[in-house]
Amino acid sequence: MLEIKQLVKRYPKGELALDGVDLTVSHGQIVALIGPSGAGKSTLIRCVNRLVEPTSGTITFNGVDVGRLSARALRRLRREMGMVFQEYAVVDRTTVMENVLSGQLGYVSLWKSLVRRFPPATVERAYELLERIGLLEYADNRADELSGGQRQRVGIARALLQDPRILLVDEPTASLDPKTSRQIMRLIIELVQERELAAIVNIHDVDLARRFTQRIVGLQKGRVVFDGAPSELDDPVLTRIYGEDDWSTPHDAVGDDGEDDRDDEAGRRTPRHVA
Amino acid sequence: MTVKRPAAHGQPRSRRHWSPPPFIRAAWLRWLVLALVLAYLVVAIGSVDVNWGRIIRGLGRSTTLLSGFLTPDFVTRHREIISGILESLTMAVVSTAIGVALAVPVGLGAAANIAPRPVYLLCRAFITISRSFQEVIIALIFVVMVGFGPMAGMLTLTFASIGFVGKLLAESIEAIDQRQLEAVRATGAGTLQVISYAVMPQILPRYAGLAIYRLDINFRESSVIGIVGAGGIGTTLNTAFSRYDFSVAGAVLIVIVVLVMLAEYASGIIRRRLH
Repeated sequence: MLEIKQLVKRYPKGELALDGVDLTVSHGQIVALIGPSGAGKSTLIRCVNRLVEPTSGTITFNGVDVGRLSARALRRLRREMGMVFQEYAVVDRTTVMENVLSGQLGYVSLWKSLVRRFPPATVERAYELLERIGLLEYADNRADELSGGQRQRVGIARALLQDPRILLVDEPTASLDPKTSRQIMRLIIELVQERELAAIVNIHDVDLARRFTQRIVGLQKGRVVFDGAPSELDDPVLTRIYGEDDWSTPHDAVGDDGEDDRDDEAGRRTPRHVA
Repeated sequence: MTVKRPAAHGQPRSRRHWSPPPFIRAAWLRWLVLALVLAYLVVAIGSVDVNWGRIIRGLGRSTTLLSGFLTPDFVTRHREIISGILESLTMAVVSTAIGVALAVPVGLGAAANIAPRPVYLLCRAFITISRSFQEVIIALIFVVMVGFGPMAGMLTLTFASIGFVGKLLAESIEAIDQRQLEAVRATGAGTLQVISYAVMPQILPRYAGLAIYRLDINFRESSVIGIVGAGGIGTTLNTAFSRYDFSVAGAVLIVIVVLVMLAEYASGIIRRRLH
């Protein structure tokens, strides 16, 4: 459904962020995009909905050439691409409900959106989503009253209210603690699978990528250097993506988030709490 | 307290000196600039022509003025004073309402992060013109254009309010969180929807504060611009002065001081509440 061919992005300052990326994502497939900071992960998914204008190459989404769309057609296309952001990017000073409803802005008329009159069916679906992510009682709270994990769930609900066909997820766990990170990843994967969406998930945490997805794409300096199953992601491949390091060191011994890691291992055996 | 420091390897180090780097690096240039400034100051003070005779005569006259002010006369011209105050208040309120409302499109247009380049330049030019002239100068121009009276004053204050609020609003728009903007844009929202859902919530408290602050400024200015014939209490004051009616002038000044203090006090309280 999504076909990226020879995508190149050079920023005005001359930095080459993407250097000929080819990537195909089929219907209902979840792809984890891993790679070091500056590898071009964020740029790549922002090219898909043209928050970033590609320099050259083509992106085809369900047969539509994304690069050639008029402003109006582009807005229509963006409705079908939900996006979840690194630092939640929810609007702090408005309510949770308004944030979620803003996912429908591409569908409702300008006037109705300016006066906040959304169709009853939309409001009903927004409530259902809030219930699903466990934030129903927070509907009228301001978003800045929520914790990081809760805000990210609002961001996810906003993206899903769009009725997207693909979810573009940019480092959803980068600002979260290890346990919340896992809960958020699990929630995203569950919701994507329930709705049979495709998804591209940028994630720098290799462990999370391995644990939650079946296909991993490794990006390095704007090029795809790996595309395969988590089981194929061995030490030489990791070195190819991230550079030389001692990959055999058990994760716990590194001591960054080893503690919570084990904590969550135990948690995973207990019934799933709604993330 | 005699903790022996371990000697550094080999020879002991000499103490290193540090002082903050000077503003002008080259020592000769630093001294030259200072010498030039001093020389100019000496010449400038020497060129001021102090006429002691006039000062002494002025001191004599000031007693007449002071004795007039110390016996303020609210009664004889109370009709003029009251109508002057009402006119000033009306000018301040009406011009604030119109100016603050018009400042929104101007402020949005003058924000580099959301306005297209031509609109940005146009709005910035307007703000620069509005801000580069003091209210009294603008009032002089409008008095020539539309004649004496409160109409000229209203136009003046409206014009000045747009520039003032527009500029400060544009600055706070430029400082908003871009990620929230990007997120709403990614849902397929159009420009006006992005402004309504991502920009306005971020700047609303600041905007309300600016509006109140401007009302306070406009009231103060309305009494000043009256002196050049733009209506309001300033005109009453001017008339009193030209009649050498210092008791009435004193009364008007006291009324202005009290009202300005009240306005400042009230605006301070309201703005504190807003933050």
